[in-house]
Amino acid sequence: MRFLRAAVVPVIAVIAALGIGAVLILSSGSNPLEAYGALVEGSFFGWEAWGTTLEKATPLIMGGLAVAFAFKAGLFNIGGQGQLLFGALIAGAVGYGFTGLPWIVHMPLALLLGAMAGAAWGAIPGVLKATRGAHEVITTIMLNFVAANMAEWLATKVWRAEGDILVRTPFIEDSAEIPTWGHIPLGFFIAVALACGTWFLLQRTTFGFEIRSVGLNPSAASYAGISVKRIIVLTMTISGFLAAVGGSIETLGVVGRYEPGFNAGLGFDGITIALLARTHPIAVIPAAILIAAMDASASLMQFRAGVAPEIVDVIEALILLFVATPIIVRWFLKGRQDEGVSMGANWGAS
Amino acid sequence: MSAAASIGRYRWWLVAAAAIAAFTLFTADFQQDATTAILAATLRHSTPLVLGALCGILGERSGVVNIGIEGQILMSAFAGFMVASGSGSLMLGVAAGVAVGALMGASLAGLSVTLKGDQIIAGTVLNIAAIGLTSFFFTQGRTIPGKTPIIRLGPLADLPVVGKVFFENPPITYVTLLLVAVLSFALFRTTWGLHTRAVGEHPSAAETVGVSVVRMRYLNLILGGAIAGLAGAYLSLEAVGSFERGMSNGKGFVALAVMIFGRWNPVGAWGAALLFGYTSAIQTQFQFRGWFTDHPQFVGMIPFVVTIVVLAGFVGRARPPAALGQPYDRE
Repeated sequence: MRFLRAAVVPVIAVIAALGIGAVLILSSGSNPLEAYGALVEGSFFGWEAWGTTLEKATPLIMGGLAVAFAFKAGLFNIGGQGQLLFGALIAGAVGYGFTGLPWIVHMPLALLLGAMAGAAWGAIPGVLKATRGAHEVITTIMLNFVAANMAEWLATKVWRAEGDILVRTPFIEDSAEIPTWGHIPLGFFIAVALACGTWFLLQRTTFGFEIRSVGLNPSAASYAGISVKRIIVLTMTISGFLAAVGGSIETLGVVGRYEPGFNAGLGFDGITIALLARTHPIAVIPAAILIAAMDASASLMQFRAGVAPEIVDVIEALILLFVATPIIVRWFLKGRQDEGVSMGANWGAS
Repeated sequence: MSAAASIGRYRWWLVAAAAIAAFTLFTADFQQDATTAILAATLRHSTPLVLGALCGILGERSGVVNIGIEGQILMSAFAGFMVASGSGSLMLGVAAGVAVGALMGASLAGLSVTLKGDQIIAGTVLNIAAIGLTSFFFTQGRTIPGKTPIIRLGPLADLPVVGKVFFENPPITYVTLLLVAVLSFALFRTTWGLHTRAVGEHPSAAETVGVSVVRMRYLNLILGGAIAGLAGAYLSLEAVGSFERGMSNGKGFVALAVMIFGRWNPVGAWGAALLFGYTSAIQTQFQFRGWFTDHPQFVGMIPFVVTIVVLAGFVGRARPPAALGQPYDRE
């Protein structure tokens, strides 16, 4: 029952966004039913379609988890993109640079080192916020740009595949690959396991309780003896870790190497997904599958109904708009209580 | 205060200014043309940043954080470009950019003031919506009739160095300089400015003496949006002469750092924007001299790293308006 009530706002938001999307599709001279039919068919009909959807959902789950986790401590991590890039790059470097290791060692090592790189990158805005009061929204976005430049430099100058015209790292060793069973990628299940782990950490451990206390009321948490600064740094570190796992799985399980410029915009999708899931770690999974399904079949929709695939971005922005302003949805529901997500905002007066 | 004391107070600023001047001359190989080019490029690069920062100042002085400047700039750049290419008139394009910016400002006000949504999330919604909408509606191959023309201000433009830097610019650049002066006067010397600051510092006190918090916040966010719209029009119609997906490229966020560095003060923001513009301008000169050409990525990082350093170094010492970030509830 509680679950159903919590799902009302996101479901209405998705329906309303699809409705407005339909109007936009109509206005561009195409048939919305045909377009949405292609969306469903392209992402859920058959094992291959499911495989593609789950493959695309994996980094989105991790991106959504990263944002949702930071939200719990009242932090807004927009730096998922940069953290994910570092994860993807380092996983790729370890994947091809370490040779002769058995799969059971090599694959987890590449995944872990990729994730650690993202954790380190995520720790920077945490430290800057805790010690200098610099707002994480700006620092994480700036670090996204720095990460893009830095990753490009590393891929060009340090780990570039020899003789390759394109700027990218060599293919990873077979022993570093995350396998795909039939069409179903193992990486997806790693992401699901981490989502469950995140839920457990937040809801069933003392550390999770401290994180949520800081998110709800930092001064009360501080009064209760929790070190707010420590929580800020650790939360951002773990958030970066989660985002980077998404990038690592992408390199080790999907692309097989690091190529600069891949997955641009994934970090922003993480925000949409986290809010759509009302920052609940388990709910991040269906939210990510929904967004992934739209991404996976956007090209089929273009082929069938002649709709520009960017309509998917518009629909995602509308979903975000409706979930972010629950008051709009509350007008539909008349008086039902619904807790919104609140960040508060101060430029460092911590 | 004696002259010596004031020099003592500003000694680090003076040292920094001297260092920058020396570095500029060195980078320009002690050539007048190259020095002028760096300074002119500094002013050009600072224009969208100072406009974005002014947008942020208006919002924050009245108590609303505007994270959506990036989206406002992008959307206006797009609208300005589309209208200019459709109508063939750059003037109409600029007007459309300003109008769409104001509309985005009104949306932010609607989300954060009327609906009392979280301001950070509301701004992020604007940013994501702008990326989605501009990519969806943008079609390749459209063109506009050139860029906004450079206007030479008579004999002033003939002055050495200064003339080329300040008196030979396209229109939005002049308007920006004017706006800095007008807004710094308006914020601190007019009733509107007093009301704006009151609403940002202590909304309930302002309301007690009859200033409508909601009205002031709407007014400032719409005005700010229009100014951010001008920044967008600057990018597509004055600087580049076309539209590219995601062309705002983080300028809206750098503008927020500029605003903080400038201590929520228009003139301060202008100075800060010049510093950031300088980090971009110097890159071009680096390329020209062939410095760091093997590692362009490090040069490309400079503005973003400077933003982080500035935020980390200054935010603790600069004080934001007291009621910043809180939705106002009339009790």
